[in-house]
Amino acid sequence: MAHANTSPAAPAHPPAAHSTPTHSPPAHGTAHPPAHEEETTTGINHRKLLMWVFLGSDCLFFGSLIATYMLYRGQSIVGPYPADIIDVPITTVSTFVLLMSSFTMVMGVAAARSGNQKRLLQWLVATIILGSIFIGFQVYEFNLFRIEGLRYETNLFSSTFFTLTGFHGAHVTLGIVWLIGLAIVAARNPAGRPSGLDVDIAGLYWHFVDIVWIVIFTLLYLVGGFDAGPEAPHAAIQGITNLVGLSG
Amino acid sequence: MVTITGVIPRPNTYTGLWSWLTTVDHKRIAALYGFTAFAFFLIGGIEATILRLQLVTSDNTLVSPDTFNAMFTMHATTMIFMVVMPFGATFFNFLIPLMIGARDVAFPRLNAFSYWTFLFGALLMHGGFIVGDVPDAGWFSYANLTAAPFSQGQGLDFWALSLQVLGVASLAAGFNFVVTIINMRAPGMTLMRMPVFVWMTLVTSILLVLAFPIITVALIELTADRQFGANFFNTEAGGDPILWQHLFWLFGHPEVYILILPAMGVVSEIIPTFSRKPLFGYPVVIFSGIVIAIMSWAVWSHHMFTVGLGPIANSVFTITTMLIAVPTGVKIFNWIGTMWNGSIDLKTPMLMAIGFVALFIVGGLSGVSHAVSPSDFQQQDTYYVVAHIHYVLFGGAIFGIFAGIYYWYPKITGKMYNEMLGKVHFWVMFVGMNLTFFPMHYAGLNGMPRRIYIYQESYGWELMNLLATIGVFILIISILIFMHNFLRSLKKGADAGHDPWDAPTLEWSISSPPPAYNFAKIPQVQGLDDYWITKRQAAAQGETVPAEPHVDPATIHMPSPSYWPLITAFGVVWIAGGLLIDFGWDYIRFPLSFVGGLITVIGVIGWSNEPAAEEHHESAAGHH
Repeated sequence: MAHANTSPAAPAHPPAAHSTPTHSPPAHGTAHPPAHEEETTTGINHRKLLMWVFLGSDCLFFGSLIATYMLYRGQSIVGPYPADIIDVPITTVSTFVLLMSSFTMVMGVAAARSGNQKRLLQWLVATIILGSIFIGFQVYEFNLFRIEGLRYETNLFSSTFFTLTGFHGAHVTLGIVWLIGLAIVAARNPAGRPSGLDVDIAGLYWHFVDIVWIVIFTLLYLVGGFDAGPEAPHAAIQGITNLVGLSG
Repeated sequence: MVTITGVIPRPNTYTGLWSWLTTVDHKRIAALYGFTAFAFFLIGGIEATILRLQLVTSDNTLVSPDTFNAMFTMHATTMIFMVVMPFGATFFNFLIPLMIGARDVAFPRLNAFSYWTFLFGALLMHGGFIVGDVPDAGWFSYANLTAAPFSQGQGLDFWALSLQVLGVASLAAGFNFVVTIINMRAPGMTLMRMPVFVWMTLVTSILLVLAFPIITVALIELTADRQFGANFFNTEAGGDPILWQHLFWLFGHPEVYILILPAMGVVSEIIPTFSRKPLFGYPVVIFSGIVIAIMSWAVWSHHMFTVGLGPIANSVFTITTMLIAVPTGVKIFNWIGTMWNGSIDLKTPMLMAIGFVALFIVGGLSGVSHAVSPSDFQQQDTYYVVAHIHYVLFGGAIFGIFAGIYYWYPKITGKMYNEMLGKVHFWVMFVGMNLTFFPMHYAGLNGMPRRIYIYQESYGWELMNLLATIGVFILIISILIFMHNFLRSLKKGADAGHDPWDAPTLEWSISSPPPAYNFAKIPQVQGLDDYWITKRQAAAQGETVPAEPHVDPATIHMPSPSYWPLITAFGVVWIAGGLLIDFGWDYIRFPLSFVGGLITVIGVIGWSNEPAAEEHHESAAGHH
């Protein structure tokens, strides 16, 4: 019981780790602060650095899924093939919606930094709506594909396509849940929460997921969306697949 | 003690079972990791003993081929993911905050979450024993052996989903230690003043963070194939089993450096201390470690020389593999250079460290011999490769781990182990290790394949196999000696004092065992081998440096214990476990898995609404 707490019960005190989003440089020559405070060796907040490391890790996650898709591109033996089913104009619209959500996210971060909780809430809600519209497009697309005969187990294209875009959609969904959490806190507005840092970290995640979608949209829709049937992939891809011994 | 959520009162005990379940203290989490890893070390050892008993003579019928397959699969999976990696985590947890002069890791609750997720994942992996379908496709689980028609039953589902859970634990720990090392160093602790062990932990953690997503994707694809009818490795649909090998080894080769770099860090701490000299070429050792980490991404196909990748790929990976031997060799020369002209004190940790260097050289040389792809064509899938990996993983990682256990035993427990028994342990283990694994070189070059459960008398492999099996029992004796020494010294060991080795790193400047807050006053670091500098400065004035005196722990603001990491970890493993529960009615699995997701969400909400540390009363807050 060495750490017994004698402070009066505070019904809703903010978490200590979130309360001081200062970026002051390390104070050399003075005692190091306790672990829960924001002062750090690099001046970068712990949670923000964690998010950067996580995003680096997530690059390899999506990289592996995208590599799988590209290696199996044009390898499906039975249809439907991408050209039969991919609708580039519709997905262009949903891509535009998702990119606009990055803009509203930036505005949200700016509002949070300037302490304008009301505006923060508006931009968060806008981002949530835009993200949800994107997910709505994806649900519509998946359902349409299913009706048109492209099921998860149909061919290589379907397995790789649904896995890659599905995990991207899961990332967007997680981001929406996160932003809803921040919006609830912002709506209650307890003592200026969420802080600029809280929103900033969520924003990093959100932008990353958007950037990944740009890569996916380019490769799966603009480049691979017109593949019609089993045919030899591009010579450069062919060279790489030959080099590492994969079929192609 | 009130929490925001108010559903469950925040734990406030620092003794007893509940304090262990809710602890966020990096030293206690290290102890949990250590004991769990050792328990699995014994289990993995029993599995290895069964393998060796089956192979002790020709035409043996002790176990069935199915059991043999399950045993070698679980032996390797256990030793890699549940022994060597968590032993690494044990040292990371105990040492990193102490070595960089911090009071805890950057995310204490995430740290607890890593441990519980690891434990539950490891238990889930062994759930296969309960349902009677043990994973049996090897630790590499090559496609398409793993396809549903060829691996019926649930064994591989347990393997894939448990490994996924273990991956979550490793990733969380990797994030935590990267941030801790970059962001929580004491004033003056610049990057090039960090102890080598801290550097190797940083490099290992970065490798973890970058390598595990790849196996995550590979396992997702495998699970999708098996459970949901996807076609990733389905040759009938045009899928290519070689993709699994690429993904697996693109993860798997960084993984072998994840296993060995922490041991190299441990040895780099021990050899200077017992040679009474600073590490020879400190920056070169650091850069070698970094170069190894970078190059480990460019050598994976040397596991696949016989796949038929063609002469260009085989040549490229032969060259990169031979190149990666260079920074490894540089480190070996640095350790030898450190010992050269030092006044060497052959205490048990030093013996283990020298054993590491010697055995790792043997393993490294056999490694170079199958870096050459034409030579590897002769060695692929023979016992020669088994000998190689055991020289680097047992002779390397396990000797490094025991070196670390002996070296930091006085710091962790406050007691001194029995030196005589320690030395006996070393020599028995050294003899047993060589007797077990050296004959495998000969058996392998005489053509004995890996993973066969039986061989005929006329093949002429009996002597080598008999020697190897005898060696296993010598190893068992050495481990029993270690366990006796460890437990007996806990009770009867002499008081170790705070700095029994006159060591150079910060953890020795505080009392043994360290207080919960580690450092009452955060140290000001003056240079590399800082504690040596402090002690030499004091000695110049005829003084000695005592351990930092204890202060009232209530005056130091520390993270509070929490239930949420345990609850969240339980939710995560239930997501995987729910998918594995087979009542014969398929659709029950998804609701069960969903319940796990729900528990995880509740855990995360409780976690994020709970402050990292409860508020102290006014007089105690801040000021430290």
